[in-house]
Amino acid sequence: MTANGQIKIFTLKIDGKDVSARSDQTVLQVCRENEYFIPTLCHLEGLSNIGACRLCMVEVAGQRKLLPACTTMVSEGMEVTTTNDKLAHYRKMTLELIFSERNHTCSVCVSNNHCELQYLSQKLGINHIRVPYRFPKFAVDASHPYFILDHNRCILCTRCVRVCDEIEGAHVWDVSGRGIQAKVITELNQPWGSADTCTQCGKCVNVCPVGALSEKGRSVAENTKRSGFLPYLTARRKEKI
Amino acid sequence: MPAYPVKVQPPTEDKRWGLVMATMKRHGYQSNAMIETLHTVQESFGFLDDDSLRFVSKALNVPLSKVYGVATFYHFFTLKPQGKHTCVICMGTACYVKGAGELMETIAKKYNVHPGETTDDGNLSLVTARCIGACGLAPAGVFDGEVNGKLTAADTLTKLTKWE
Ligand code: SF4
Ligand code: FES
Ligand code: FES
Repeated sequence: MTANGQIKIFTLKIDGKDVSARSDQTVLQVCRENEYFIPTLCHLEGLSNIGACRLCMVEVAGQRKLLPACTTMVSEGMEVTTTNDKLAHYRKMTLELIFSERNHTCSVCVSNNHCELQYLSQKLGINHIRVPYRFPKFAVDASHPYFILDHNRCILCTRCVRVCDEIEGAHVWDVSGRGIQAKVITELNQPWGSADTCTQCGKCVNVCPVGALSEKGRSVAENTKRSGFLPYLTARRKEKI
Repeated sequence: MPAYPVKVQPPTEDKRWGLVMATMKRHGYQSNAMIETLHTVQESFGFLDDDSLRFVSKALNVPLSKVYGVATFYHFFTLKPQGKHTCVICMGTACYVKGAGELMETIAKKYNVHPGETTDDGNLSLVTARCIGACGLAPAGVFDGEVNGKLTAADTLTKLTKWE
């Protein structure tokens, strides 16, 4: 957007092809609109972008560093590369590092076959993890009447934190600690079931890309999610203002 | 306009809360005064317990989990009272390469305490730092404020036994 809030139309090149974009769009939005594939985990349409997972890295001509497509705004004449060997290499490595930080065993996971991490790994051709696993052991929190939190599956995308803060307005979740000990917490790192600010709306469960948050009573591979409500809710709220 | 004009009462009668209230007042009870306020609590009480975190959260209108996240992100804050003595082992790159990890293990084994923790008898707190600016002396440590370099496991244990 320009300083006076006016939206302009830019022309940019994605993988050598000319496309037009609005000046308030991110590179990711434009690529998706034009059906270019870019893997993402922390991004979710309807939530703010934080550039945490680094899977959406793209090359932009004239920039030495790779840039995350989700937090990079388009500009006039930009030349974006979405797929090449270097990007494929880094994306795979990033995914492997994510795997190494927690204990993701698909075969016994509630989200088996409905998991964004699993889907992307298959799509990017990951068949083993080349780095040593170094995950800590975390307890599972089943204190909530309807939901379960299993840190051992969490990828720290913070979608739950953001949906709870930005959409539900409760901000029950946040991230505590740092480094390998970082984990999502409810209120003062207390059992979820005892968190008074939780409205039990289930938005966090529905936006979680993996099996870290699930509904109670679901068994292996039964944790299906509905995150389609998000763009809808955001749009409705904008209308109201 | 203060973000949260309602005056929230401190959890106890303790006079030290006056200092904390003063910090918040100075910042007009704005929620971005959270870190400053936690600093004052840490300095006045020596640590942050659940009651003080709840109080700061309420008084500044910041979500509990956010306060907790900040309190556990910065090494400056501790959630438990510090021990009588504090041993900081530098885990910065230079010190790590020179064997800070082994020093840490030696201490952990002998005193059954991990980085960020205090021994059960409340005598020793073990802390890590990311480069204390003494790389030439790696591996370095700080024992109750006194910097020591080129530490071996034996040196470290000698220092610590003096505190027992
Ligand atoms: S619990 Fe799920 S949504 Fe929340 S940070 Fe972990 S993986 Fe992301
Ligand atoms: S989707 Fe862009 S960094 Fe995660
Ligand atoms: S790395 Fe230890 S003092 Fe610099």
